[in-house]
Amino acid sequence: MSDTNNPDSAQRSTVLADDAQVDLEAEFQASNVQEVLDKLDRELIGLKPVKTRIREIAALLLVDRLRKQFALTSETPTLHMNFTGNPGTGKTTVAMRMAEILHRLGYVREGHLISVTRDDLVGQYIGHTAPKTKEVIKKAMGGVLFIDEAYYLYKPENERDYGAESIEILLQVMENNRDDLVVILAGYKDRMDRFFSSNPGMRSRIAHHIDFPDYSAQELLAIAKLMLAAQNYRFSPAAEQAFSEYLKLRMKLEHFANARSVRNALDRARLRQANRLFACGKKTLTKIDLMTLEAEDILASRVFVDGQPDSEPGADTAVQK
Amino acid sequence: MMTNPGNRITQGQFSFLPDLTDQQITAQIKYALKKGWALSVEYTDDPHPRNTYWEMFGMPMFDLKDPAGILMEVNNCRKTFPDHYIRVMAFDSTRGVESPAMSYIVNRPKKEPGFGVVRQEGPGRTIHYTVHSYATDKAEGERY
Repeated sequence: MSDTNNPDSAQRSTVLADDAQVDLEAEFQASNVQEVLDKLDRELIGLKPVKTRIREIAALLLVDRLRKQFALTSETPTLHMNFTGNPGTGKTTVAMRMAEILHRLGYVREGHLISVTRDDLVGQYIGHTAPKTKEVIKKAMGGVLFIDEAYYLYKPENERDYGAESIEILLQVMENNRDDLVVILAGYKDRMDRFFSSNPGMRSRIAHHIDFPDYSAQELLAIAKLMLAAQNYRFSPAAEQAFSEYLKLRMKLEHFANARSVRNALDRARLRQANRLFACGKKTLTKIDLMTLEAEDILASRVFVDGQPDSEPGADTAVQK
Repeated sequence: MMTNPGNRITQGQFSFLPDLTDQQITAQIKYALKKGWALSVEYTDDPHPRNTYWEMFGMPMFDLKDPAGILMEVNNCRKTFPDHYIRVMAFDSTRGVESPAMSYIVNRPKKEPGFGVVRQEGPGRTIHYTVHSYATDKAEGERY
């Protein structure tokens, strides 16, 4: 990255001799990346392929930095990415982390994340799209531009759709302003595949296609515990048992959105817990009472009663992102 | 004219210096962004010192974090108006300040004819002076 404060920084950085030695470990420590990677491991359950790829990218950027010390020039690696996966597999969360990691490695200047959808990029009438898309790109410069549901940008069935124009501008910027921003696309796998097959230019400009696998039942339970811990709640042992039963049943039903469904289930459990505390008529409650979710808070779910998701029909699809 | 050394217009910051390079412009933009000011790009072909309000090139750019986006606008403006005066303005919207905090020219015409003095005879042998930009004798858009 160019350091504008001292225009001659490129010339000033001394080139090391051919037989000099550089300390990869020290460089790694200096970048504080380990901290972010550890946080990623701690706070994101599962997602093995994703974590592996992020580690690889971090390693590549570090090695690149060391190579620069020997004046071994190489092209700046392109880091535009594409995240595919089912709803609730943590695509947005990882994108935010990505911005932080790239910032620590000095790949992007600011490390902020601008999250947009089709509406922010594509206009309603002729001549509306270009300024809109450019506005968003300008905002994202120095950071990461995250385009959620990217496949909506291109609607092949509508010839007069302005999405194609937006894609064109994006492609240009991805190529010419590689140092200024990283574009991350995200969406469901099958639709993204169709999107790429109709936009070959897009596919070739994106170096990293990362697939987010679905979570297993154990992973979802671990996620639930993390979420509860973050909100200062916890399961009683019986409730934990009940919740893992709940997950097994819920995963078989339709509209299952991984971690997002878990979050919704926990929200409903908290409602039931509050209701139970009211109904039991105890005058005084302890801290433990207020923190603990009991089995009955989980078992009251409609999933157990009549094998239906709790949300009213259709409500779950509305929140699917 | 003695007051216009090298036939260059001297308005705003840095105007006695040689033209800023893109890198220097970026550094200045960065400074303004760090202060939390909103930057905008403006252009004109009427460089009279009393001409305060130039044409806006696009909207003022609020909530940008990085100079790259603004430099892109500057270069767009240069491409559109290669022979106009173009300036970058930084607006400080702090309550009580609410005025431009920086303003510097980033593009100027190749040939700047400068200004002439116009004298007007008033009552009682008084003379009123004003400056007149030679360029403005032509119509707008054909001046440089």
